[in-house]
Amino acid sequence: MSDDILVMRGITKRFAGVTALHEVSLTVRRGEIHAICGENGAGKSTLMKVLSGVHPHGTYDGDILFEGEPCAFDGIRDSERRGIVIIHQELALCGQLSVAENLFLGNERSRRGFIDWNRTNHEAQALLDRVGLRENPTTPVNDLGVGKQQLVEIAKALSKEVSLLILDEPTAALNDDDSQHLLDLLDGLRNEGITSVIISHKLGEVIKIADTVTVLRDGKTIETLPAEGLSEERIISGMVGRDLEHRFPPRTPDIGEEVLRIEDWTVHSPAQPDRVVVDNATLSLRRGEIVGLAGLMGAGRTELAMSVFGRSYGVGISGRVVKDGQEIDTRTVRGAIRHGLAYVSEDRKKYGLNLIEGVQRNVSAAALDKLANRGWVNENEEYTVAERFRRSMGIRTAAVSTPTGTLSGGNQQKVVLAKWMFTDPDVLILDEPTRGIDVGAKYEIYSIINDLAAQGRAVLVISSELPELLGLCDRVYALSEGRITGEVSREEATQERLMQYMTRGQSS
Amino acid sequence: MTTKIAPAPAAAPPARSRRFSINLRQSGIYVAFALIVVLFAVLTDGALLQPQNISNIIVQNSYVLILAIGMILVIIGGHIDLSVGSTVALTGAICAVLTVQWGLPWPVAVLLTLLSGALIGAAQGYWIAYFGIPAFIVTLAGMLVFRALTLTTLGNQGIGPFPDEIRSLSNGFTGGYLGNIGLGPLGGADLVSLLAGLTFVAGFALSQWRKRAARLGYDQTVEPMPVFVLKIVGVGVVVMAVVVQLARFRNLPWVLVLLAALALGYSLMAGNSVFGRHIYSIGGNLQAATLSGVKVKAVTFWVFVNMGALAALAGVIFAGRLNQAGPTAGMSFELDAIAAAFIGGAAVQGGVGKVVGAITGGLIMGVINNGMSLIGAPSERVMLVKGLVLLAAVAYDVWTKRRA
Repeated sequence: MSDDILVMRGITKRFAGVTALHEVSLTVRRGEIHAICGENGAGKSTLMKVLSGVHPHGTYDGDILFEGEPCAFDGIRDSERRGIVIIHQELALCGQLSVAENLFLGNERSRRGFIDWNRTNHEAQALLDRVGLRENPTTPVNDLGVGKQQLVEIAKALSKEVSLLILDEPTAALNDDDSQHLLDLLDGLRNEGITSVIISHKLGEVIKIADTVTVLRDGKTIETLPAEGLSEERIISGMVGRDLEHRFPPRTPDIGEEVLRIEDWTVHSPAQPDRVVVDNATLSLRRGEIVGLAGLMGAGRTELAMSVFGRSYGVGISGRVVKDGQEIDTRTVRGAIRHGLAYVSEDRKKYGLNLIEGVQRNVSAAALDKLANRGWVNENEEYTVAERFRRSMGIRTAAVSTPTGTLSGGNQQKVVLAKWMFTDPDVLILDEPTRGIDVGAKYEIYSIINDLAAQGRAVLVISSELPELLGLCDRVYALSEGRITGEVSREEATQERLMQYMTRGQSS
Repeated sequence: MTTKIAPAPAAAPPARSRRFSINLRQSGIYVAFALIVVLFAVLTDGALLQPQNISNIIVQNSYVLILAIGMILVIIGGHIDLSVGSTVALTGAICAVLTVQWGLPWPVAVLLTLLSGALIGAAQGYWIAYFGIPAFIVTLAGMLVFRALTLTTLGNQGIGPFPDEIRSLSNGFTGGYLGNIGLGPLGGADLVSLLAGLTFVAGFALSQWRKRAARLGYDQTVEPMPVFVLKIVGVGVVVMAVVVQLARFRNLPWVLVLLAALALGYSLMAGNSVFGRHIYSIGGNLQAATLSGVKVKAVTFWVFVNMGALAALAGVIFAGRLNQAGPTAGMSFELDAIAAAFIGGAAVQGGVGKVVGAITGGLIMGVINNGMSLIGAPSERVMLVKGLVLLAAVAYDVWTKRRA
């Protein structure tokens, strides 16, 4: 047997006139962890779909050699039979079913058509032990966090005699602890001889875990590099095709008066009303200032933001929101908007956009009254506004009427930002503004955030990526278990220091 | 923007150069309607398009079309209303009690009936919008409850006859106020009807022209002039053809005048008012609408109030047409209204649909009903064809969406 478990040669894949992959080659050595990096739209996911048979043989050009044999997969079952298992970014689990049922979904442990529950749960327990998940196999998947669900997916892959495991953005939705556990697990699987291909935007992780890195750009293989001694900057330069010397656009802060203060803010969980989610938090924002809010997943960052913004989250809320020295009423979303607040959600598809409508109707959605006269909307004004934002923010879309569901992540995020810019807010709360966005588009979003601050607005950025907070913010608050545990200025801020605050007071 | 953007944005294409293309998904329904009309005109040797038959199609389907107007708004908002058939029956009964038994003057009775319909809608809207029970369940319950109330109100028998004014709203025609004029081989036709038709067409042309001029003023893409002219001429010819036929028969049915006003008003409301746009945004993405400050609960509530009021209007017209409020009135009307909305291009998930589309969808079913009964098809075959047309329409919609 050769050293290469997988060889893909000259893969070309076209979609209705668009070339998604052009003569892409990929060679994966047996037993390694091979990372694939590239901007959104570079063709990473398409390549993995070709490999796993989602795009069946015949719909692409080129050869796939697995274990030295040419492959012609007709569907995902074909590739799974050969031991290639793909775990998609959006987890494919049935939340109402138990862990064990999910593990053997489509592959049930049965006798004459009836489920053998003893065997199902017994084998499930063994698989859970293998991935280090201490949960009962009969627990419904919905009761687990995202991190544990990810482990269930991997256990499911292991149940299928996997020899090549493909993970598409496995840690995108995980906090640092869960990410670390997942990476350790991959490391363990490598020792067992399982080869992994991971697609990831988190370059720090890639360098830590991978043996080899292949960079794709615009549907072409740019380079394959050993991960040893590789720097993030080196990978990025391959991904963007130019030296991105500074990942953050330059900015000279011009900070004015305090514009918003949140005082003694306490929020309880709607599911368990006696559980405190945000605990007596106080923070302030000044005009022209970009303030970060750091915290691990579950620290209460989004809950804090959404409870302030029209009580969109939580029960038993107490505290004061003071703007320009006056207490304001933000109990409804309309009230919050009227007082100049804007909240850009972390999940733009679920909470930000009407995906079946175009840029025009999305941009106007939060301030339709501004375009209306006695309840009637002036669509021509609306069009003009949408066109203006399309140009000024560089939103790449065929027309302002094209459904936003067809746009790339970066462009969708620009549409959401445009929607809130049109409300002319004094304070913007941006929750994970660059999640799932490629490097080039991130730079554009950072530029927009800088512009917003330069116009005298205050911006609160919530982010899981500490380098992003350090690169962008004038000041960073750290949140841990709902409490503000620290506040550091740009000069004092380091990842280590923030991480200390973020983990302070954690009962472990 | 003051900062330089890293990758240069693609040069914005000039607005005018974008090619205008006819949206097949939206216009498909009108093409289908035209084909169905032509098909049945041929199959019935032209009987379909005879003056009296056109009048019949409009009068016989008016209440379903009115329900379809309300239903499309409910469906755009991401809900469904299964109770409208029972609401039609109950409001018809209420109207009968008010006029026949209590002897109230007809305008008061009609107004009170519409109010009671709005109250029915409000009651259901409360459970749906503020209590958070799915509309399917609430209106399924309503379907049973309001049918039960109908039977209670009527004591299991019909009440009638209705005052002449209510009957003529359902069955009657505008008077020949200005007499007839000769149309050569077509014979005499009512002048008022013709003038009304001409006014409608002129108004349509003028409003389209002003809309186009405004769009040009804002530097937007517009249809090329030939397409624009063709559209206006097409609408004008169709409207005038129908009006001429009606004018030759017995003038305009009052219910057509009412329908035209409702269609126009609700189209404007859905497309251009803040309220209408909020319905679309709720159906398109509920959470995004909530976080954008749309009063989701209030909008949903009023959509159901409106549905109730329109169902009451349909109830009055239906009862007036039969000249009696009966316990079985409005049976399965909800299904016709829902089918009309979906044939007319509404999406099951909500957020998509047009008032004109729903009316066209209702007319498609009306023409199939009428045309098939003219050629003597048994009712089970009519039902079969209507079912298949509904399936085909939604399949076409799903198919075009998948290709896009």
